[in-house]
Amino acid sequence: MKSNLFLKSMCLAVVGTSLSFGALQAADTVKIGAVAPKTGPLAAGAAITHWPNVQLWVTQVNARGGLKLKDGQKKIELIEYDDRTNPGETIKAVQRLATQDKADFILAPYGSGLNLAAAPIYAKYGYPQITSTSITDKVDELAKRYPGIFFTLGSTTTFAGAVADILKQMKDAGTIGNRVAMVNVADAFGIELANAARPIFEKAGLEIVYDKSYPLGTQDLSPVVKGAKESNPDAFVAWSYPPDTFGLTQEAKIQGLSTKAFYTAVATAFPSYGGKFGASAEGVLGAGGVNPDTPEMQAYFKAHQEITGKPADYWASPMVYATYQILEQAIEAVGSLDRAAVTDYIKKTTFQTIMGPIAFVNQNNEKFWTVGQWQGGKFYGVASTGRPGAKPVQAKSGW
Amino acid sequence: MDTILTGLLLGGTYALIAVGLQLQYGVARIMNLANGEMLVAGAFGAFWFFSAYKLSPFLSVFVSVPLAFCLNWAIYRFLMLPLVRRAKSDGQLEVDSILSTFGLAFVAVGVMVAAFGGEYFSYDYLARAVRILDSPYGLNRVVAFCFSAAVCTALYVWLNRTRAGLRIRAISINPQAARLVGIDVQRLSAFAFAMGGALAAMGGASLSTFLTFDAFVGVIFTLKALVIVIMGGVTDMRGAILAAFILGLAETFVATHIDPGLTLAAAYALFMLVLLFRPQGIMGKRAS
Repeated sequence: MKSNLFLKSMCLAVVGTSLSFGALQAADTVKIGAVAPKTGPLAAGAAITHWPNVQLWVTQVNARGGLKLKDGQKKIELIEYDDRTNPGETIKAVQRLATQDKADFILAPYGSGLNLAAAPIYAKYGYPQITSTSITDKVDELAKRYPGIFFTLGSTTTFAGAVADILKQMKDAGTIGNRVAMVNVADAFGIELANAARPIFEKAGLEIVYDKSYPLGTQDLSPVVKGAKESNPDAFVAWSYPPDTFGLTQEAKIQGLSTKAFYTAVATAFPSYGGKFGASAEGVLGAGGVNPDTPEMQAYFKAHQEITGKPADYWASPMVYATYQILEQAIEAVGSLDRAAVTDYIKKTTFQTIMGPIAFVNQNNEKFWTVGQWQGGKFYGVASTGRPGAKPVQAKSGW
Repeated sequence: MDTILTGLLLGGTYALIAVGLQLQYGVARIMNLANGEMLVAGAFGAFWFFSAYKLSPFLSVFVSVPLAFCLNWAIYRFLMLPLVRRAKSDGQLEVDSILSTFGLAFVAVGVMVAAFGGEYFSYDYLARAVRILDSPYGLNRVVAFCFSAAVCTALYVWLNRTRAGLRIRAISINPQAARLVGIDVQRLSAFAFAMGGALAAMGGASLSTFLTFDAFVGVIFTLKALVIVIMGGVTDMRGAILAAFILGLAETFVATHIDPGLTLAAAYALFMLVLLFRPQGIMGKRAS
């Protein structure tokens, strides 16, 4: 740092003119950093949910002529790093963006774990970190500790609670009984959700008749589905990750596990899920959901397909994009690249995004989608904490 | 009965994963850490043919497997042979091949990401139930098992009933002595290595019918194959196949009757038991 300062003052003294020219050059663009997995276990998820939105947003902003600042409109210069799904690498990349690349803003990393790992570095260098793929129960605690972190996607307990609510609703309507078979992937995400779900399900009057976990990357899930089926459940709930979401659904179809409520967590909202299972996907419940029928969302899905060449998912994809809209609106409203002012503005303002208006209460977006369901070839939100447009939940009728 | 059948189906899959590595390690003496990537490449091949031409994965292997054979032959010829020539001992070759194939695995992942993208891939092929002894099984798993059984049997017969197979087995048991009786060790090693890669690609094609995969999962299969090959004893194909079935049965038994969460633990416990009490592997011969 010291030598850097020394070098700068030298430059200033000796070649003042060239420095000011250099500064002008540098200020022509806004440097935006992006860190997320391009390799490693989470790379596939990031390739669907994270990276296409970075591309989409930067392309759109630059096509509009750039970000509108007080001293004129400036295009975005994007700097990307692959963190190889390794928290240590995420931290290093954020540090590098802050100190060496001198990025003006850094988009939030991908996934709960990597976001939490990088939070201290964002805070240290004073960057706002508007997370979009991070689910945690420690929102309050983290918001107090890191003044620039924002949460948008929801919390573990809310997700488990929303599933309990949906099942209770179906039980009260007489659609299903109270027997629930619950399985989870033995990973931080699955374990946390299963632990949160147990007392909540019990309180909702649901009886957990099968409760097992399986290791990440299990090649044969048929014993899990067989066990669940033998417990004779009315509802099946899996706190699962993408490969097992696909695997469990396929096995359930083969084994004829035809509960009227069938829930798998992450990846149920992926377009490839609907693509693979087609009509069988109809009625499957999953994490997230959106209201894909609003004009904003329709425009988003269309642009996503056109610019990135692939479809967006029906849950976190639009939320990732919405956080970039928030950042864009905040930067333009402040009119400069003053990170503290932008962070402050985000805390106080209601933003118009493709997901609807988003405002932060204690750095947390309290209105988010919790449960979705495949209905008529689209994945609609059927439960939320205050988002309008939820569809009524339907009973699943076989495969 | 149900558990046994499910275990056998899984074991058949494992066998197909492992025999490729067995040939590469047991005969060509290359501990190929990029074996899983070749398997994933096979899965991508099957996926591509299926989505572009609606071609059954078990038919598209007739195109992709010769390609995999040539590719692996080239890998052996141009990347591994210099190491083989340079190596002063078996140990050195092992270390060198582990390091270089470890690097190769990264290259392979990069190429696959560049070609197909980093998303999840899966397609719907024969995903319906077939009833055996009144329990439902995935038809794609049953077909993959039959495919694996056919491939393993053909391989076994070839190794034990033909002259080329005899030569391969001779190299596997003692490369120096094989050279003395006039076997072209280098050429046949290249052949075995290429064959191993082709088998991995076949495994990938059959696996892709029921597993969701991405460009990064190769390492999981490499590890599984490694465990099976070392458990079975590196010099004998039958050992690998036997170990694959033991592993499949054990994992299914634990998942069904104890807890699905303990399958990995069971697999590695078994591995450790074998290493402790039969370090040469189930069918391996004790080093003299």
